[in-house]
Amino acid sequence: MTSKLFDKGHPIGPLPKSPTGIGGLDEVLLGGLPTGRPSLFCGSAGCGKTLFAMMFLANGVTKYGENGVFMSFEEGESDLIANVASLGCDVEAMIAGGHMAIDQVRVEPAEIEESGEYDLEALFVRLGYAIDKVGAKRVVLDTIETLFSGFTDQSVLRAELRRLFSWLKTRGVTAIITGERGEGQLTRYGIEEYVSDCVVLLDNRVYDQVTTRRLRVVKYRGSAHGTNEYPFLIDDRGISVLPITSLGLEHKAVSEPVPTGVAGLDAMLGPGGFYRGSSILISGLAGTGKSTFSASFVEAACKRGQRCLYFAFEESPEQIVRNMRSAGIELGEHVKSGLLRFEAARPSLFGLEMHLARMNRDIEDFDPAAVVVDPISAFRGVDFEIHATLLRLADICKTRGATALFTSLSLAADHASEADRGVSSLMDTWISLTDVEASGERNRVLYVLKSRGMYHSNQVREYRLTDHGIELIEPYIGVEGVLTGSSRLAQEAREREEAQARRGTTESKRRDLERKRLTLERQINELRAELDAEEHEVALLVAEDEARETTFSADRAAMAVKRGVAK
Amino acid sequence: MTDMEVGLGADPAREGYYNLRLYVAGQTPKSLAAIGNLKQICEEHLAGRYTIEVVDLLVSPQLAAGDQILAVPTLVRRLPPPIKRVIGNLSDTERVLVGLDIRPIGDRPL
Repeated sequence: MTSKLFDKGHPIGPLPKSPTGIGGLDEVLLGGLPTGRPSLFCGSAGCGKTLFAMMFLANGVTKYGENGVFMSFEEGESDLIANVASLGCDVEAMIAGGHMAIDQVRVEPAEIEESGEYDLEALFVRLGYAIDKVGAKRVVLDTIETLFSGFTDQSVLRAELRRLFSWLKTRGVTAIITGERGEGQLTRYGIEEYVSDCVVLLDNRVYDQVTTRRLRVVKYRGSAHGTNEYPFLIDDRGISVLPITSLGLEHKAVSEPVPTGVAGLDAMLGPGGFYRGSSILISGLAGTGKSTFSASFVEAACKRGQRCLYFAFEESPEQIVRNMRSAGIELGEHVKSGLLRFEAARPSLFGLEMHLARMNRDIEDFDPAAVVVDPISAFRGVDFEIHATLLRLADICKTRGATALFTSLSLAADHASEADRGVSSLMDTWISLTDVEASGERNRVLYVLKSRGMYHSNQVREYRLTDHGIELIEPYIGVEGVLTGSSRLAQEAREREEAQARRGTTESKRRDLERKRLTLERQINELRAELDAEEHEVALLVAEDEARETTFSADRAAMAVKRGVAK
Repeated sequence: MTDMEVGLGADPAREGYYNLRLYVAGQTPKSLAAIGNLKQICEEHLAGRYTIEVVDLLVSPQLAAGDQILAVPTLVRRLPPPIKRVIGNLSDTERVLVGLDIRPIGDRPL
């Protein structure tokens, strides 16, 4: 891992260095081991001293074109070859190709009688012969202190060791001497006294029944070096050391959105998704679908052709693939196409530092665009350690521009558990999943608790885990607040009924009015007819009167004529 | 390259025959002392039934690894089996005799 801290203004000084090729160690050593000098690797049994030494030689051959000699005082050649073959390193081929020589020195005190003065010139001869044979630039002596059990005259032995180390210097080979950790001193026989240019201490510590391997550079004459304890990891892909403290806050901020894989959720976040390279926390109670959200996110990323790395701490990869298939999320094909990689491990398998080292190595190897850690709540340990681990992990992802999605199991509906873990401040976006229990059922709701640097909806949204993924349901927002599940349905039904009822009332009122109108109109018509009838009658009367008047006048005229008044 | 120094009247087939090899590194005082001491012990205790082969590792370094030599001088009893080793300039005759498992012929149980 290239670290900003160490890169800055640190030219390879006057002291030439030979890179070990072991991931992370060269950063801690600021370039490598001192060229042409012996370095001491000490540690208790099972620390990986021999592996470090062997990888130093093997990398020398494969990466730096420097041949090597391995002088073993403990393991046989075939054992050594088999041990590193498990780390993917073909020493047999290197020996066949003349790039490496292994010389096993058997020290069997029972067979040897001492009579008079002697020295270890034969050891020098052997080593010199092997160095010349392959033209070695690198030498390993593993574990030279075994000699102390083979010879009784310790003063001779010490003088010879001192001579050996100065002889190694004059030969100009870069050497690793391994030593067993002793009581009160670095090595059992105090050989650090003779090898004093560079001392690396390996440690295998058990805390809470969990073992973590750590490494520390005790001294490095003539060079600065990383002074902390660094966790390291030995597995089928070799050794990697994690210079964790070298991370800084220098990552770039990108405003490009990454879809969440859930359409409704995208809409809740201003840019239409998470920011690329941001850290996202999805916290929620058991069964709220944290993994389903993660899987949706991963599937969406894979569909866009981006690589995803899924760290599973509770389920096996196959189980996740099967479970997600039931939610309509098909991860199997992405695993096959190589876009999606699962790394599953029980949290208790190693310590936090080891997990971190492993995850760091995997992230470096795979170079994913998205990383999922499901769930971070599975880590057990001291709070500040968990916090530190997650901080580093988030930093690692950020510096690489990978979007990191963490899930966390909340123990109660409140946020106390997350706050305790202190991760909230590390997260750019925090989506809280919870459930609402009402009217005899449990409904899932989510809300965006925070999302740095973007507008986000403050709406609590109900969602369903369907057989075609996660579905956000249009929120019911009414006078009675946000309702979910069947109470939302009931409320909606009630409202429909009310509307129906309202519509009914209006209709009858309208009909009443109509009826009234008809009645009134009828009355008006009747009155009008009455009026007409009266008018008619009056007209008749008038006509009659006129007729009568006419008749009367005629009669009177006739009468007058008759009486002779008229002419 | 090795120097062969065969003892007088040596007969490899005989019982109690000793095949010895002395590894040295150069003509150092220790090497010379060891060669001298060994010859004297052999003449005294194994007269007529020994072979001494002196190997100079500066001349034949490839032999050091094969025979598992660490210290010089190293005396190796190659015959009779099992292989025995004595390191040092062989100044302590008693320890050489113990190391090579040599007893006077008369004491030999038959």
